[in-house]
Amino acid sequence: MAELKNAAAIVGAALSDEMGKVPHKSSMQHHAEAAHNALKDAGLTKDDVDAVFTAGPGTLQLAEYLGIHPRFTDSTSVGGSSFVIHIGHAVSAIANGLIDVALVTHGQAGQSSRGRAGGDPTAMGTQYESPYGFIGAPQNYALAGNRYMHEFGQERTRDAWAEIAMSTRKWAQLNPRAYQRGDMTREDYDASRWITYPFHLFDCCVVTDAGGAFVITSLDRARDLPKKPVKVLGFGEGHDHGIISQMPSVTSLIARETHKQAFDMAGITHDDLDLRMIYDSFTYTVLLTLEDLGFCGKGEGPDFIKSKTLGPGGDFAMNTSGGGLSYTHSGMYGMFLVVEAVTQLRGEAGDRQLDVCNTALVHGTGGSLSSGGTTLLGID
Amino acid sequence: MSQQQSTPPPKPTPIPQQDNEFYWEKAKAHELWLRKCSDCNEVYFYPRDISPCCFSRNTEWIKASGKGTLYTWGITVRPPTPAFREDAPFVLAIVDLEEGCRIPTNLVGIPKDPDPEKMAAHITHGMAVEVAFEDRTDAISVPVFKPVDS
Ligand SMILES: [Zn+2]
Repeated sequence: MAELKNAAAIVGAALSDEMGKVPHKSSMQHHAEAAHNALKDAGLTKDDVDAVFTAGPGTLQLAEYLGIHPRFTDSTSVGGSSFVIHIGHAVSAIANGLIDVALVTHGQAGQSSRGRAGGDPTAMGTQYESPYGFIGAPQNYALAGNRYMHEFGQERTRDAWAEIAMSTRKWAQLNPRAYQRGDMTREDYDASRWITYPFHLFDCCVVTDAGGAFVITSLDRARDLPKKPVKVLGFGEGHDHGIISQMPSVTSLIARETHKQAFDMAGITHDDLDLRMIYDSFTYTVLLTLEDLGFCGKGEGPDFIKSKTLGPGGDFAMNTSGGGLSYTHSGMYGMFLVVEAVTQLRGEAGDRQLDVCNTALVHGTGGSLSSGGTTLLGID
Repeated sequence: MSQQQSTPPPKPTPIPQQDNEFYWEKAKAHELWLRKCSDCNEVYFYPRDISPCCFSRNTEWIKASGKGTLYTWGITVRPPTPAFREDAPFVLAIVDLEEGCRIPTNLVGIPKDPDPEKMAAHITHGMAVEVAFEDRTDAISVPVFKPVDS
């Protein structure tokens, strides 16, 4: 196998022009703007791109819309984690000399889409879960979160969820592009309305219109480009079910496996990390992911969170953009984990910039807690 | 305004597929049937011809007892679509069937209350439940579960 560590680097990363509530733009406009901005950031042009990656709409539509005729195409679409997973795929292709420049894009008018809802009638979720109202992520994730409360204690779980929501909001207050920037106290959290019990509104991500994109090329080529290369150190991916009722255990994520390959490949440990970007569709997603990534043991998440300071100035920097919970969540959020990690590693994060940020972990979760992708990134 | 007053649109109804027509036929007759692997004896949900446990094609249909326990649950307060407007708050559930597999469903028979915490007081993980059927259309009835003592 080709050497994958340090084979490739992210050389450009950007967002779409406007994010939040953008009623006058379609999902594809967010894709295209983000792609345009990311290539500009990379000092490359559309003609340099020979590999395209996206999820949601496939690469056929994406490449056509952008006017790209790729020689490598990857529409891996396993939920919001997809873009994190695309990184490993792109690095593998680059390391083997199959491609030169990979463009990964995401755009979603999560709030303003003029599309019509309604799933494929033959999909398993549509057949077996939708008739009962298992429609949309809050339902599916709340069921899982409630089981966690049962197994590991309701009060301590609630405290952990509240802390995740509040600390993430504090980061969002430092991000001018964040959708929700108001103060959030514990009282505000507790008083926020129920969505699906046991989830309050503030356990759930925001819903926005947004796009993001990044560009990957070989580390050799990256050294000739304007921005400091963000090296891909390691990655892992996997999934263990599709629909929530098929999840082997709703208190154990596939992150338990994906992080091992990533850390092994990178040759680093949890202690080497300066930043953790953890998919936060819901507060529960974060709690569970921290455990399964091995930051602490199963059921220890609430105590672990209590022992750390997650917000700005703390000792456990996580979701510094303000996360899906407060910053932006267009539906498939994983793209924004990557863009924020790149921004922090390059030292371009403005008011929320970490003092030291050389190594970052990104973990995406997609579907109904179904898929996971861990990627480790670093800068010299 | 008039939208709010009108009858909600129908709930999503499964379109029986080639691999589960039998399941829905039996559900129409208010019976719950499952697939069982004759090689490894695993009973699994949802129905498919080839066993997901050992990949055997030697599988059969069995009639379920309809008894199980509540693996986990949640209470939908904000209806996910207008079809569920009048049901909310309602209980989503995943039930561990006696035969050893897990099924998504609704828990019915819980006193409805606008405050989900009051409803939650009637529900516990692991509680004994049994199947009941809800007739949704002339062709489709769906298995739901209720507390054994209700
Ligand atoms: Zn078998």
